[in-house]
Amino acid sequence: MSGRLFGAAITRVEDARLLTGTGHYVDDIELPGMLHAAFVRANFAHGRIRSIDKGDALAMPGVVAIYTMDDFADIAQGPMPAMAPHPLLKTPITYHPLSDAEVRHVGEAIAIVLADNRANAEDAAAAVMLDVEYLPAVSDVVLARVANSPTTHSQYASNIAATMKAGFGDCSKVFAKADHVLTEHFDIHRGGCHAMECRGVVANIDLLTDALTISTSSQSPYMVRRHLAAYLKRDENGIRVMTPDVGGGFGPKANVYAEEFAVALAAIKIRRPVKWIEDRQEHFVATTQQRGQIWSLDVAFDNDGRMRAISGHCIHDNGAYAPYGLILPATAIASFPGPYALEALDLTVDVVLTNLVPTSPVRGACRPNVAFLLERLADRIARHLGIDRQDVRQRSFVKADQMPYTTGMKARDGSPISYDSGDYVGALNLVLEKIGASDFETRRKEAKRRGKLRGLGIASCVEDTGLGPFEGASIRVTPAGRVIVATGASSQGQGHRTAFAQIAADALGVELDDVTVETADTAKFPLGISTIASRIAVTAGSSVQLAADKVRAKAITFASHQLEVDEQDLELEAGAVHVKGIPDMKIKLSEIAGALAGSTGVPLPGNMEPDLAATAYFNSNALTFAYGANACEVEIDPETGDIRVVRYVVVHDCGKLINPLIVDGQIRGGVVHGIGNALFERMIYDEQGQPLTTTYGDYLLPMASEMPPIEIHHMETPSPRNPIGVKGAGEGGTIPAAACVISAVEDALGPNGPFISAHPISPQQVVQWLEVAR
Amino acid sequence: MTDQSVTFTLNGQQREAAADPRMHLGDFLRHSLGLTGTHIGCEHGVCGACTVIVDGSPVRSCLMLAVQIDGGTVETVESLGKPGDLSPLQKAFSANHGLQCGFCTPGMLMTLEAFLRTTPAPTEEDVRVAISGNICRCTGYQGIVQAALDTASAKANRT
Ligand code: FES
Ligand code: FES
Repeated sequence: MSGRLFGAAITRVEDARLLTGTGHYVDDIELPGMLHAAFVRANFAHGRIRSIDKGDALAMPGVVAIYTMDDFADIAQGPMPAMAPHPLLKTPITYHPLSDAEVRHVGEAIAIVLADNRANAEDAAAAVMLDVEYLPAVSDVVLARVANSPTTHSQYASNIAATMKAGFGDCSKVFAKADHVLTEHFDIHRGGCHAMECRGVVANIDLLTDALTISTSSQSPYMVRRHLAAYLKRDENGIRVMTPDVGGGFGPKANVYAEEFAVALAAIKIRRPVKWIEDRQEHFVATTQQRGQIWSLDVAFDNDGRMRAISGHCIHDNGAYAPYGLILPATAIASFPGPYALEALDLTVDVVLTNLVPTSPVRGACRPNVAFLLERLADRIARHLGIDRQDVRQRSFVKADQMPYTTGMKARDGSPISYDSGDYVGALNLVLEKIGASDFETRRKEAKRRGKLRGLGIASCVEDTGLGPFEGASIRVTPAGRVIVATGASSQGQGHRTAFAQIAADALGVELDDVTVETADTAKFPLGISTIASRIAVTAGSSVQLAADKVRAKAITFASHQLEVDEQDLELEAGAVHVKGIPDMKIKLSEIAGALAGSTGVPLPGNMEPDLAATAYFNSNALTFAYGANACEVEIDPETGDIRVVRYVVVHDCGKLINPLIVDGQIRGGVVHGIGNALFERMIYDEQGQPLTTTYGDYLLPMASEMPPIEIHHMETPSPRNPIGVKGAGEGGTIPAAACVISAVEDALGPNGPFISAHPISPQQVVQWLEVAR
Repeated sequence: MTDQSVTFTLNGQQREAAADPRMHLGDFLRHSLGLTGTHIGCEHGVCGACTVIVDGSPVRSCLMLAVQIDGGTVETVESLGKPGDLSPLQKAFSANHGLQCGFCTPGMLMTLEAFLRTTPAPTEEDVRVAISGNICRCTGYQGIVQAALDTASAKANRT
């Protein structure tokens, strides 16, 4: 693909609204008679609620109602449905909309308070009295896994929710024959996600029809509708879910949350609109987190550095519930073997429950974890053998002429996973050239003269994108000539409206301004999956193309009847179908749309199907694999341990670019997420499961003053697996970034420095390492 | 508590309104006055999403009480350009893809608006420090920094 607009770095159609304060986020919704909700949340990590006393709270100013789970008995009861059931999870481990008797992490919602404003609701929430039998809590995932640990859920005998296994080849054989074997242990710390807009829900009930309307700051409005319908035993048709402007998603907003259910139940019960806006304090204790994993890996390799096999074990910190099933640990397994052509792989992942906030995918899901493991191992091998880090990679990567490459792993349906296209070695070579790796030592020396330790880091990754099953789109041309694109894919700032408009405008020969894109309103498009896993350009983008192709064909058929010209002699341009070579012999799309909208008693030409419109779904049956190679340079102040990332270069291949401006934005934002994981973000809990970092004073996020400029180079290997040749780009920046920064820090600390096997790392740690190395 | 009357200048217009003494300026602008362009990201003074200009200086509206603006001057994102008529800084944000989800954007714009008035020829480092109290989770900051630099240099070229 590429056309007038497809492939062009045009500015976004979303921008004008968002720049002028006229965006419309969930907290901007005001409805007549609306009540404001605040939750009573657990301030303990594990306990059984004996009784709840609402008396004082109900008497407080502005309070209208306080509900616990029991109060919803006439509407619905029981745990929420599992979003992604998995055969290994014998029973779903999901929340109740409000806690049942047992509370399993600090922050779990116990009761919902409705008041005339939020401040009054919060005051009353603080006055609700709980009588609690405290139970032992476990917050350390390693301790949680041992046999005599207190259990997160008192009804389970063990905290191991599931043990997942995967691999290929014969590891013991390859290990026995390999020249070298090393064992390393890794500790990847838990962090948050922190979209700048917290979550929020407005639920409204139509008093005449009983229909429920929900606006939610979500990545998965269709999942909210589906699961809420199942829970309420209502038909989907009576529930409309839409997403207004969403202030960032990055994964956690893909879950269907207890609060979404609780607010809906409260609105049904009180028969008034109810709004709940999560505050940042709640976000720290009630929105899913990620990345906590402990790994132990053995790697077999040859004298020349070629990596041959990996076997390993992971303890995965799942938190207290599994709202998204096992999707997160499954992503860890699926991220192997990355760009490496291994002969054998043997992995076991123990999914372990803790009395902490549940984990679910955060930008990259477990792909950044696995990139960290594989890239650290590659650096480790180089160090062990005394060879260049790039040599290990160049000798171990899947080669371009091996594409499509069957990795040995299996997809969920049991089919073999195969990388579709790409040149991993080429990407690495290019990034080394762009950062100037060959004269890095000069820069290291120059930094040394300034008293700084400079290091070069490299990291590569392969990313599965375009996760199935599908997204869809409908396109309709109105008699006024507007092109309306509707899709179930929700947006959280990715510029979908622009990208889809580019695709549709090209296919239909109209201008960008002629296209309106509507996203994620269940009343406007029937089905959607979720904006996750770098899948929307592939799935929804392809659907827009397919739907536009159908509309185009229809317009041409109509014009061929009308102008009495063969279809192949017609083309679309400037909002009209015209005869090739005779621009004046034309019929406008608006006229075609008007005619196909029908006039009383007049048959349509050629007995055509009414409406200049079409719907298409793209079934993404095979993943398409994006990849990237990153290089960065850091400077360390040996006195303070301060680490500065001073240069960052990305080589990235996500197939055809619909809009390079948008893709670059995705990559840059993604890299900064990864730098945050490497250097700043650390969610800390004490042994009792109390969170200790619940403000941005304690929990550090990457700020502009600490971030480097990020230079991006694209390779464009079209994907053969979808009609527009694209691969996903939403997470490719994040996946190798932490690995890349840590590689650079290790390089800066020099040959006597440590092997760094954990992140985030801190300046204090750097100072200690330097003392040891001295 | 009983509401208190506040009189102030909002985006060039004289306003009088009643405010709950415990309500912060951000909530007051958003929910009492309906100016929802100002966003609330943390309510503890770190993220900068709520930044507005009070008496010429960038201020976190979540850390200031509404009653404190009595007699003062407040500028919010709504005072900049309109969708068909963006301000130079807003245009530069769009041209440099300095926004994605748009949630941090009003705070970024108001921080930089105030900054560029006092620092007409900043370096990249100056801009990064100026917005070092504003979190953006989407853009990686680069487009925002470039937008500020472009706006400054375009203005310098014009004058
Ligand atoms: S909301 Fe005011 S600084 Fe974050
Ligand atoms: S654009 Fe989303 S937080 Fe900045």
